[in-house]
Amino acid sequence: MTDMAISTAADKQQTEFSARLQKRYAAERRFRAYGLGAIAIAVSILGILLGTISFQGAPAFFQTYMKIDVYFDEAVIDPAGTREERTLRTANYQALAKRGLYEIFPEVTERREKRTLSRLLSSGAYRPLGEMVVNDPSIIGTTQTIWLVTSDDIDTFYKGQIDRETVEADRRVKDNEIAWVDALEADGRVDLQFNTAFFATGDSREPELAGIWGAVVGSFLTLIVTLSVSFPLGVSAAVYLEEFAPKNRWTDLIEVNINNLAAVPSIVFGLLGLAVFLSFFGMPRSAPLVGGLVLALMTLPTIIIATRAALKAVPPSIREAALGVGASDLQVVTHHVLPLAMPGILTGTIIGMAQALGETAPLLMIGMVAFIVDVPSSVTDPSTVLPVQIYIWADSPERAFVAKTSAAIMVLLGFLITMNAIAVMLRKRFERRW
Amino acid sequence: MDTSVLVVTILILTLFGYWMGRSRARLLAGGQHLSVLHSLPSYHGSYVALWCGLPALLLVAAWLVFEPAIIEYIVIEAIPGARALEPAQLSLLVADIRNLTSGNIVSREIDPALAAAGEHYLSLQYTSHAALIVVALSVAVYGFYLARKSQTRDFRARNRVETIVRIVMVVASTIAILTTVGIILSLIFETLRFFEKVSVNEFLFGLNWSPQTALRAEQVGSSGAFGAVPIFAGTFMITALAMLVAVPVGLLSAIYMSEYAGPRMRAVAKPILEVLAGIPTVVYGFFAALTVAPFFRQTGEAAGLMVSSESALAAGMVMGVMIIPFVSSLSDDVMNAVPQSLRDGAYALGATQSETIKQVIIPAALPGIVGAVLLATSRAIGETMIVVMAAGLAANLTANPLEAVTTVTVQIVTLLVGDQEFDSAKTLAAFALGLVLFIITLGLNMIALRVVRRYREKYD
Repeated sequence: MTDMAISTAADKQQTEFSARLQKRYAAERRFRAYGLGAIAIAVSILGILLGTISFQGAPAFFQTYMKIDVYFDEAVIDPAGTREERTLRTANYQALAKRGLYEIFPEVTERREKRTLSRLLSSGAYRPLGEMVVNDPSIIGTTQTIWLVTSDDIDTFYKGQIDRETVEADRRVKDNEIAWVDALEADGRVDLQFNTAFFATGDSREPELAGIWGAVVGSFLTLIVTLSVSFPLGVSAAVYLEEFAPKNRWTDLIEVNINNLAAVPSIVFGLLGLAVFLSFFGMPRSAPLVGGLVLALMTLPTIIIATRAALKAVPPSIREAALGVGASDLQVVTHHVLPLAMPGILTGTIIGMAQALGETAPLLMIGMVAFIVDVPSSVTDPSTVLPVQIYIWADSPERAFVAKTSAAIMVLLGFLITMNAIAVMLRKRFERRW
Repeated sequence: MDTSVLVVTILILTLFGYWMGRSRARLLAGGQHLSVLHSLPSYHGSYVALWCGLPALLLVAAWLVFEPAIIEYIVIEAIPGARALEPAQLSLLVADIRNLTSGNIVSREIDPALAAAGEHYLSLQYTSHAALIVVALSVAVYGFYLARKSQTRDFRARNRVETIVRIVMVVASTIAILTTVGIILSLIFETLRFFEKVSVNEFLFGLNWSPQTALRAEQVGSSGAFGAVPIFAGTFMITALAMLVAVPVGLLSAIYMSEYAGPRMRAVAKPILEVLAGIPTVVYGFFAALTVAPFFRQTGEAAGLMVSSESALAAGMVMGVMIIPFVSSLSDDVMNAVPQSLRDGAYALGATQSETIKQVIIPAALPGIVGAVLLATSRAIGETMIVVMAAGLAANLTANPLEAVTTVTVQIVTLLVGDQEFDSAKTLAAFALGLVLFIITLGLNMIALRVVRRYREKYD
């Protein structure tokens, strides 16, 4: 009887225990799933982000062109027959291109309709014609078959981003334009071609003519300035702090300062640039020189911190051995410690440069948001940089700029991935465990 | 001669100096073993090169910095009655003279006086340039001569060079301090000027923000109110939304990564999370404005809610995603730093892994995690591009995340981008906001670093 009572009590305890254990195990599994879920969320958001951008950006790498027979009429290009470059360059090629287009559709006679027809071509489509004539004046008087850029609406339509089925009033491309494009297509006169202009020209108000080359060059010049200021300064500061500085309040202050500077919002550096470089020193607005200096101040902490970590990793035995054979303090550093720490320093520098390449906000403050068509040729020319170009295009209302923006983002990410890959490779290849 | 050509010339002279100094040292040894010299020939070369290049380059830099101000002063002095002008008119006059000389558009009729001033400016600039070339090159040559004269067998070239290099390093390490001082001074200076026009109380506690100041007295709707409370509230709301996303996701992934994941999973997942931090913020801004915000608006419409197309929700969520790696990687580090003995103790008492994490590891790592969250918060407050592209412009005092709000950084950008006069309250307000931003992020950061450091000391 007592035995049985004990055993039922034990059974009861046993079931209670195992039920609690089951519950605890379930909690364990749940908790684990939360963690995995969090990582999955982060990774899938990254996937969605990159996916939408490549999906939106891919069409921008191709551009719709239209084949037109252009008659290079001497009466329009060079009536005086002087063949001066200036006349050849500034002649009314737009009229020639339009005339070629009208000839394909002789049935279009009404003025208004003709004007709509001419808008199939981009307003800058005729530019290559002038270039052709200047390079080879002998084509004047002949008829050439040339592929010309279409306007952005026709381009988006041809890429299938405008639905034919929508009501005409809600559509950017009207019924008659669609009919023309269809006729041209049936004739083999419309085609998608790789958009080389996108990689070769500067900004433009017309999406079909806008390119990123100006911004790429601007970014490059800015980074050159940043690198040539922040690398020597950062490395020498780090060497001093790590190898020579006495431990006192002043160096403590510097150290705290560098750590805090690394976390100051980038826009504050922009304010500094505006107040000091532009207002006080009167440097030119929108110039890569100023942008580079601001970004240099911003990346300096990154480089200093990375360099110090790399110097710390070099074992003291190396220093002692060098001192033992009679090297001076500075020789120890320049001949032995620095070369050994160089891979780490370069990795940190590349990562700092990648940060600088993607930075936008401080450059807005110093006026690098101006609309600039020309490709900059020196560090004092007004220019823009890739991320700012992305910002400008993202703000533009034309639909075709969405694709351009995404494409520019793809190019920017491409540069960043390359830089980071180089940094990872450097680390893998030269990393040394002592 | 262009300035860049001048600099290149000096650099060539420097190289030449190095070469001359080195060969001179070899000559001094006179065919004997080089150990008769105190310093190696390369140090002799560097010594000569430094004397040749350094003073001349410093001179060029100083000249270029001070030249415009001095020329301006002389030109203004020469114009009768110019000193009596108001500061604003004076700066306009100076800008006109500058534009005239560089061939830009001028804001007024070009009268003879202005043309004469322009001529004067140009001639002074020409003289100054010519003087710079002559002086800089003679300094370089004289330095070269001095350095060469002191070269003897016993000359301690190495020690001299090392002293100079050391001084250069000390100067480089003070740049960080100078930057901070520069930031603080420029912000405080402009902010004080702002507070001459707008009272501190109105700025910090006013509820109305509309920074458009009236150009003419009768203009409507441009009262110029500078009450920053709606901006602070908007910043707070977007930051809070961001942390609402970043803290759970970041913390849970850090827990999984440090406690559950095997080395293979870690090697894959950790870099992917870091990629989120490496994507430029302008890309997030584009994503928030063109993909996330329309998505929220359509979902809201389907559910019968009014969601603004610049809702705080979209900007906050996307910013949260950007912040995830800041939370996760730092928390991951601190949880890895918790000694294994604590885990083993908990397991020995029969705790499951999740119980160990919840009751032992997180409490032990809490200071570090708090530090990580504070750092991430400071990042979110200072973040600019996402909110500029996806949040609103109008200051709107609301607690509804579906409406548009504005933030401190958005206001700084809108106030300063585009044409501006440097003295208006509108422009200066941006610096006041910048100062607030700087103080808040700096404070958060210092607390966070202190918390993390104290925690590290505990377990080291």
